[in-house]
Amino acid sequence: MDKIDIEIDGKMVQVDPGSMIIEAADEAGIVIPRFCYHKKLSIAANCRMCLVDVEKARKPLPACATPVTSGMIVRTKSQLAREAQKSVMEFLLINHPLDCPICDQGGECELQDVAMGYGDDVSRFTEGKRSVKDKDIGPLVSTDMTRCIHCTRCIRFGEEVAGLRELGATGRGEHMEVGTYVAKSVKSELSGNIIDLCPVGALTSKPFRFSARAWELQQRNSIAVHDCVGSNTQLHIRRNEVMRVVPQENEAINETWLSDRDRFSYVGLNSDDRLTQPMIRQKDQWIEVDWPTAFVAMKDALTACIEQHGPEQVAAIASPNSTVEEFYLLQKVLRGLGSNNVDHRLRQKNFDDQDEVGAYPGLECNLSELAHMDSILLLGSNIHHEQPILGHRVRKAARRGAQVLALNPLKFNYHFPLAAESVVPPAELCDRLAGIAKALMETQQAPEDAKKLLANTVVSETDKVMAQHLLQAERAIILLGTLAQHHSHAATIRRLSRLICQMANVDLGWLTDGANAQGAWLAGAIPHRGPANSSLTAQGVTAHDAFEKALKAYVLMNVEPNLDCADGRQARHALTSADMVIALSTFKDPLLMEMAHILLPITPYSETAGTYVNVMGEWQTARAVVTPQGEARPGWKVLRVMGNMFNLPGFEYTSQSSVLAELKEQLDNASSSGGLQWVCPESLPNADKGYLERITQWPLYRVDPLVRRSQPLQETTLQDAVGIYMHSDQAAKLNLKAGDVAHIEQQGTATLNVFIDERVPLGSVYVPAGYLETADLSGGSIVVRRDK
Amino acid sequence: MKWIKGFFKTFFLWELLVGLSLTGRYFFSKKITIQYPEEKTPLSNRFRGLHALRRYPNGEERCIACKLCEAVCPALAITIEAEPREDGSRRTTRYEIDLFKCIYCGFCEESCPVDSIVETNVADYHFENRGENIMTKEKLLAIGDRYEEQIAKDRELDAKYR
Repeated sequence: MDKIDIEIDGKMVQVDPGSMIIEAADEAGIVIPRFCYHKKLSIAANCRMCLVDVEKARKPLPACATPVTSGMIVRTKSQLAREAQKSVMEFLLINHPLDCPICDQGGECELQDVAMGYGDDVSRFTEGKRSVKDKDIGPLVSTDMTRCIHCTRCIRFGEEVAGLRELGATGRGEHMEVGTYVAKSVKSELSGNIIDLCPVGALTSKPFRFSARAWELQQRNSIAVHDCVGSNTQLHIRRNEVMRVVPQENEAINETWLSDRDRFSYVGLNSDDRLTQPMIRQKDQWIEVDWPTAFVAMKDALTACIEQHGPEQVAAIASPNSTVEEFYLLQKVLRGLGSNNVDHRLRQKNFDDQDEVGAYPGLECNLSELAHMDSILLLGSNIHHEQPILGHRVRKAARRGAQVLALNPLKFNYHFPLAAESVVPPAELCDRLAGIAKALMETQQAPEDAKKLLANTVVSETDKVMAQHLLQAERAIILLGTLAQHHSHAATIRRLSRLICQMANVDLGWLTDGANAQGAWLAGAIPHRGPANSSLTAQGVTAHDAFEKALKAYVLMNVEPNLDCADGRQARHALTSADMVIALSTFKDPLLMEMAHILLPITPYSETAGTYVNVMGEWQTARAVVTPQGEARPGWKVLRVMGNMFNLPGFEYTSQSSVLAELKEQLDNASSSGGLQWVCPESLPNADKGYLERITQWPLYRVDPLVRRSQPLQETTLQDAVGIYMHSDQAAKLNLKAGDVAHIEQQGTATLNVFIDERVPLGSVYVPAGYLETADLSGGSIVVRRDK
Repeated sequence: MKWIKGFFKTFFLWELLVGLSLTGRYFFSKKITIQYPEEKTPLSNRFRGLHALRRYPNGEERCIACKLCEAVCPALAITIEAEPREDGSRRTTRYEIDLFKCIYCGFCEESCPVDSIVETNVADYHFENRGENIMTKEKLLAIGDRYEEQIAKDRELDAKYR
């Protein structure tokens, strides 16, 4: 498209036709004051602050809503423009309270800044100012609605980005009030963004409330570590403490947004149960020791264990949120000791297809492409809760007109319309995928073995519709969510998805757990491959098998076994029977305090330099922004010394970057492994289990130790509370009703509140994981009865 | 003529008399010496001495933790930490002035939007132990309570010039 020339303040600017004056001015670096305009939101033109003088126009025009025309001459600082801006400023200040000293926005307030430039020093308004009652909109955002200047950014954000019409304006003129339409908390996983959007102090952060001023804070770049997107953040620190987290703009990843999980998880960084001193258990007593003692004890115990039982009795399990350097060194230590039992896939149960994966499971397109898909199949994914930023991209695609399809074991409330939806119990997921594949076979070429496999598959109407949508779309993608990947037949699901992808020629995306699953694959924190996809002579056991087989020694890295693992009960049993449990941990997890033998304090992401690879394969390195608490040390340093203790070769690293460089060098020399090939599963799992099935997933704010320690996030009503959720018909069958207390047996037992939830299909109940109350439950059939 | 004048001045010890007359004048005039610390010289109402935190007449502390004094302090002598009080109002949990760092410039008082932090006319104070140079919130409020009458009087005198 040809650019057109316009003149702003005597400066010739080339801009795209159709853009607004304010965009042209921003590009040219000319400042026009504004409140309601935001580049990521629709244009409202209701604050009138951006009035500029356009030649041949009779009146000043709003720069945010006036499209450029060829040869336009704009003056932003002429007398007419200045007068208009000054008058608007005076009107805006009429009802704005003079409470800057107690306002958290003070010092970073757009109104304050603009008032300095355009306001009068004395107000002519002597009448009473209006006051507006504050709304309680939950534990994350605090409101002071008297300060609101009605820019409606928060309202537009709710409608256009978060996809929830929660905030809205009632009344007109002087009586206009921004509030929640229904008087309850803002239920969005992106709600924190309205804090950044609000140009005044009407919406501010509740956890941060009154604790610091903008001018006291130092800003450091970092990476968010709770989902596989790797949003860019800025940590604001004061006196060696992270005070708050705000998004850093990165158009390719998180645009200007940040999920609440990434924004408010920092509260957990300073929780009381941080592990700050190495500890050794002696006769059921924990004693605090110094690092050398702890290392020697660790070495002696592990060496004794290996001599007695052999190295294959040692397993290392790392949280998928660890850094690439930590993964790399952990596997290097363990492989140096002779064991390949390294894994990070805590929540997966089925690994049959692990050899068929390319370099790492990830997204085959980049994020901006995701918003331009014509069809998206969400497979076992409550995408907003799992990957909030990706959820936003999918919603963007849906708003563009993409057909979004969903195949889930729970009927999730998406913020966008679905073109087709199947909600089936988990056991039937494979059947429905097979149905879609078979529907595709009518028109597409299919491998012979696949045809044979699906010979008995019945195709439902919805399957046909989904197949049609995938086929017709110019670009489509299947997104495998956590419910699909944690499925007990996950390998079959992934293989069938691959088959569908091949036949319909669509992309595949794995939305992995944690922040750095891709990094773990590349660094070799997987039992079946070494770093940089190198092949191994002997395969180790997976995280799931390591617990199932009850090995003799475990090295855990930031894992809370009962809350983070696919089968918490099994993990607990394995650790109880183990001779030696060495835990590298940030927090004093009660279970670790009970079962571990040596605790080594490692730092959370804010205190260590480290690299994260996101779902698109983008490498992002974050620096340490504050010094470690107590004696805690970055994980890579601890692992490096571990390597030294065992006299392993090649552990002479002096910095995090030298570890990274070593891995990068191996990756450069590695041959690129093949992509995702169709491998035929032996058979389809039998859908009719004949017993009640448990659906489980980790609620939004229960996914990792840090998030679980963030009190404000735990107080939100967004995530599923602990309990047992079932369809009303199912409840009637079990003779239960809402509010009852149910006794549950699934190898272990639990006593939980019953919630009636029509999202859950018949034949199954939903019990969220990640809570202590449900940690004792295991896999297999579940028995539910009323608690006497 | 000149030597006659000189002869008489010398003969009658004239310079001595002039000197003694000055001594005598001061000997019999009112004395300016004061008996410190029982007596003190007058102080300007703008005198910048020991700091104090003031309260409103109803006993509520004035400070709202806006941190402007902390920001303006050229010697970085002020440290403030704040959080919402139980009633939701913005209050300090820690307000400390290091008197070793303070240069008594009075900027904190000038910047205060609620006349909370003030410098009183107390000019003499001492420390006996390490750490006493740190004026905590409690100490500052106690000084404020003790000298409130004087503080209020001084501010009133200065009000029309502010």
